[in-house]
Amino acid sequence: MMLEVQGLASRYGRIPALKGVDIQVRQGELVALVGANGAGKTTLLRALSGVQPVSAGRVLFEGRDITAAAPDKRVRLGIVQVPEGRQVFAPLTVEDNLRLGAYLRSKSQAAQTCERVYAMFPVLKSKRREAAGMLSGGQQQMLAIGRALMAEPRLLLLDEPSMGLAPRLVEEIFACVCALKEASTTIFLVDQNARAALAVADRAYVLETGRVVLTGSGAELMENEQVKEAYLGL
Amino acid sequence: MSAQFMPQFMQYLLSGLTVGAIYALVALGFSIIFNASHVINFAQGEFVMIGGMATVSLSAAEVPLGLAIPLAVAAVVLVGLALEKFAVEPARGASVITLIIITIGASIFLRGLATLVWDKQLHVLKAFSGDAPIAVAGATLLPQSLWVFGITLAIVLALSWFFGRTLLGKAMLATSHNRLAAQLVGINVRHVLLLSYGMSAALGAIAGILIAPISFTTYDVGVMLGLKGFAAAILGGLGSGVGAVVGGIVLGVAESMSAGYVSSAYKDAIALVITLAVLFFMPSGLFGKRGGERV
Repeated sequence: MMLEVQGLASRYGRIPALKGVDIQVRQGELVALVGANGAGKTTLLRALSGVQPVSAGRVLFEGRDITAAAPDKRVRLGIVQVPEGRQVFAPLTVEDNLRLGAYLRSKSQAAQTCERVYAMFPVLKSKRREAAGMLSGGQQQMLAIGRALMAEPRLLLLDEPSMGLAPRLVEEIFACVCALKEASTTIFLVDQNARAALAVADRAYVLETGRVVLTGSGAELMENEQVKEAYLGL
Repeated sequence: MSAQFMPQFMQYLLSGLTVGAIYALVALGFSIIFNASHVINFAQGEFVMIGGMATVSLSAAEVPLGLAIPLAVAAVVLVGLALEKFAVEPARGASVITLIIITIGASIFLRGLATLVWDKQLHVLKAFSGDAPIAVAGATLLPQSLWVFGITLAIVLALSWFFGRTLLGKAMLATSHNRLAAQLVGINVRHVLLLSYGMSAALGAIAGILIAPISFTTYDVGVMLGLKGFAAAILGGLGSGVGAVVGGIVLGVAESMSAGYVSSAYKDAIALVITLAVLFFMPSGLFGKRGGERV
């Protein structure tokens, strides 16, 4: 088991956001997490990256307890997140954003991965000297994904990669997610676009007000009446 | 226009540039900590004071200046790191206002400590390379001013290399622009904060050492120098490196001109009025970040 989340709880002040979440991700899997606004999806991903305090439960990565590990330690282990809202370093150039993605790696390793990222997103190469804040939303999303790839993730956490993008760009981003999976990156994907997320996922979890209420293969959940009604708008 | 005009003007300009360069160094110290944590470190002036006082003590103990200066800078860096480690870091998660109040407390504490370690007397440091004035376009320039210009220039170049060319410098910038994203790429933001206090302390110390031979130094010299440096940082736009330098120079020259042409009694007031006037029309300072960005 690559990632094992056991009874994870987290709160904002006195307001609980996660109330005992159990999730498992195996090596090479693409696991999706769907749920409404405020269900705790982003909180869960932030807790996995170590930037959101945990009040109970454990997080195991390859059998190792990382519940209390600092964020940079988790990046070093290979847990890398593409945060919600892209969060690029707006005034820095595209190239600097990518280099910082490989902050914990050597210059030569970074240069190698950078070529791969440019091959995946040629538009980033053509804009490499521009400030990241000047890119379009879709380009910023590509940059955010590229920056995460620069760390050579073993487990990639994707938070709402298609949010606010035009349908054609959503397709492009999902194609890229599939390509990453083909290249055997393990992916944990959060997206409000439940249909697209379930379509590419091996397995999925449905989160409601801080609890996992359903789990199954992507195809199973697509056929589930509750999911159809609540998240697919059928 | 009298024949006296040009030499007099040059004299005011040169002394304004000298003191302006000092303000610029102090302002840079404010900006570095502000960028790392959005905190205004009101103990910045105390870094300046300790730098000057420690150098005076060391050179009084017959330590050659070439050794006394690095030792004093190192001591102030330790004070800065200790301030972060033992006063700011334990309050992690507190609001920015709380942290600012902590730095005010720290500055009062350090000033008190200085009266115990040293005294309340005025001290003077010998100029680095003599006091023989140099004539420049009818005005006189002290050799110490050349040291001030040269070292300030070297520091500005070193800082722009550090923030523009090194990965660590870019990581510090990245942390200031987006702390969450910085953590997610593996930057240890606590180290960045510690480093920013160390760097600011070094800048303050250097400013204090450079100015000590020109104006006297004493336990509370940091109050006014800190305030002027802060005004310079605000004038240029808090957090902007270019702004800190330009703000410092503008403030120093304005002060010197008003002391010369109006009255030295009003020099502090006039400099601060100029700062307020600029902020009235440009609330984010001359080079500050404008609100709003593309999403």
